[in-house]
Amino acid sequence: MKKLLAQAYLWLLLILLYAPIIIIAIFSFTESKVLGNWTGFSTRLYQNLFSGGVNNSLISAIENTIFIAIVAATLSTMLGSVAAIGIHNMHGKNKKVISFLNDIPMLNPDIITGISLFILFVALGISQGYITVILAHITFCTPYVVLSVLPRLKQMNPNEYEAALDLGATPFQALRKVIMPEIKGGMISGWILSFTLSIDDFAVTLFTKGNEGLETLSTYIYADARKGGLTPELRALMTIIFVTVLVLLIIINVRTAKAQKKQAK
Amino acid sequence: MAETIIKIDNVSKSFGGKTVLENINLEVKKGEFVTFLGPSGSGKSTMLRLIAGFLTPDEGTISMNGNDITKVPPFQRKLNTVFQHYALFPHLDVYDNVAFGLKLQNLPKQEIEQRVSKVLKMVSMTDYEDRDVTSLSGGQQQRIAIARAIINQPEVLLLDEPLAALDLKMRKDMQIELKEMHKKLGTTFIYVTHDQEEALTLSDTIVVINEGKIQQIGTPTDIYNEPCNSFVADFIGESNILNGTMIEDRKVSFIGHEFPCVDEGFGENVPVDVVIRPEDIYMTHKLEAAQFTGVVKSCVFKGVHYEMFVDSDFGHELMIQDYNAFEIGSTVGMLIKPSDIQVMKKERTCNTFEGVMVGSNQVEMIGAKFDCEDTGLAAGDKVRVEVDFDKIELLDNKEDGSQTGQVSFILYKGDHYHLTISTREGDKLYVDTNDIWDKWDIVGISIKPADMRIVKA
Repeated sequence: MKKLLAQAYLWLLLILLYAPIIIIAIFSFTESKVLGNWTGFSTRLYQNLFSGGVNNSLISAIENTIFIAIVAATLSTMLGSVAAIGIHNMHGKNKKVISFLNDIPMLNPDIITGISLFILFVALGISQGYITVILAHITFCTPYVVLSVLPRLKQMNPNEYEAALDLGATPFQALRKVIMPEIKGGMISGWILSFTLSIDDFAVTLFTKGNEGLETLSTYIYADARKGGLTPELRALMTIIFVTVLVLLIIINVRTAKAQKKQAK
Repeated sequence: MAETIIKIDNVSKSFGGKTVLENINLEVKKGEFVTFLGPSGSGKSTMLRLIAGFLTPDEGTISMNGNDITKVPPFQRKLNTVFQHYALFPHLDVYDNVAFGLKLQNLPKQEIEQRVSKVLKMVSMTDYEDRDVTSLSGGQQQRIAIARAIINQPEVLLLDEPLAALDLKMRKDMQIELKEMHKKLGTTFIYVTHDQEEALTLSDTIVVINEGKIQQIGTPTDIYNEPCNSFVADFIGESNILNGTMIEDRKVSFIGHEFPCVDEGFGENVPVDVVIRPEDIYMTHKLEAAQFTGVVKSCVFKGVHYEMFVDSDFGHELMIQDYNAFEIGSTVGMLIKPSDIQVMKKERTCNTFEGVMVGSNQVEMIGAKFDCEDTGLAAGDKVRVEVDFDKIELLDNKEDGSQTGQVSFILYKGDHYHLTISTREGDKLYVDTNDIWDKWDIVGISIKPADMRIVKA
């Protein structure tokens, strides 16, 4: 009986958590303009999405989102990996201080990050657009890369880098041929995480996109919803994004589990 | 005499204010098998890392073939290292690990293949080329680590406790192989270990290191037969270390008796340390022919010999190894040949501390304030304080002492223990006591005012 209750509680919780997404996913397979009206099964929304049946600004928002996510994730991965190597080789108090500073941006509410970046860009007189959004995304993605690369460095035999130098590798060659392959897994996880964070972001993007008409998916949907109801095709799009993010997250988790298993061995 | 390949000149190194190596001078000859031997924390690995170039000395120079390499980065030094925990590259297979150094030199593929298969044959690891290094056993990984280091044909091969992680049987086999490899390659080997037996087996020259200083340099036989101080005598092999007095040339007194010896030049009536190896004391039932007598306290069979503890007639405990067993409780006679008595100058005969007067009857030294008898000196005067070894009291309760310290070295001297106590600030005190303490015990330190001899510096 006790077990049954616990099970029921768990399922109730899961349903509550996932209900909104599931509803969107279900209603992405009907043509109805208004969410909640089932007018029969149809894949028309998906067809519209891929055959250009939606307006151009949505398409360009999707393109912007993916472009920004790829650039921000790639730059954050490079920056974060180098930072992780630096932090790993620090000692004592410095290491603690820098690790702590690395954690702050993750705990900081997005809205504050967004506003402070907005003020910074204005103060520096940087015109807002692609560059500022990418810079902003790098600032909140990099700490996650650092966190996913650091454990890999800790697993490394500390003598490996020295062994490479000893065998005649310059510090740069040692980085490329010995350290990079060892932390590759962490870098890939960090990149995927950054990519999903970037796609997902709304608050920071809103404050840094400027008013030159740059929209990403999240800002577009927000604007669209305020104008007069959600464009029905967005239901299909959201379902696709959800599934994509889900797949990426599963990949990260499987990778981490594998790495842990390998370490345990 | 072969030419010098590595020369270390006045090298000192400290980490965060703690001196790890102090004024090291050493020459390594070409083709030699040199071992740095010392307990953990003695600075032996630091010395190796300085030679490899992973560390730079605070002071002094290191040269190789007459060229100063103190500031040369490790990848430009013509020497290679075998690391303690192998440090193989786990993402590469055996072949790529071994070929790592050659590939960096952009040698033709064919030459790399030939040289890899040659060194793999040397370490008996042929046919393992495609194996994942993580799938190999410890011994196999060690062989690959050695192959990876020698393939570059270094002029000097550095080995940092390479066998420490292997089991005893494997270690013995690898020792023989290393020795053969050294002969075959003709390369200079610098080997670091804390295992005295390994050092005695492998080396041409042993450098005994303790507390950041070279204690003795010599061949294995020299180091074993003629240790230059009580640390070396205690660290290498079993030994009886006793307080003695050099009465005159060729005559030394210890354990209450006078013995003829072969040592000269110490002066008359000078306190000395005497070392007798346990196999150098001869036991006999004929008491009248003996130099001194004693009672057998214990007798344990050790495979080849019996190990016995004998209380001598003046109450000193001696360890003796003999092929014959003597009955426990029986009275036996003992003899020591003059040439088997190793006499060493005492490094110190009492504790000497630098101090500053706080008041006329209080002195600050070794990081704490001690009460003393009225000296008539003014506060701020710099003084030298002498305290005899047996006048320092060690207390269980560290709060009861004026200062606390840790037992860092224990020497049994037949009828008492000679302890080295290190304070957190790095000061050292030497204490004679009959109480039994364990290494690394934390103790309170107390000195009676009457036992301090204070002289204005």
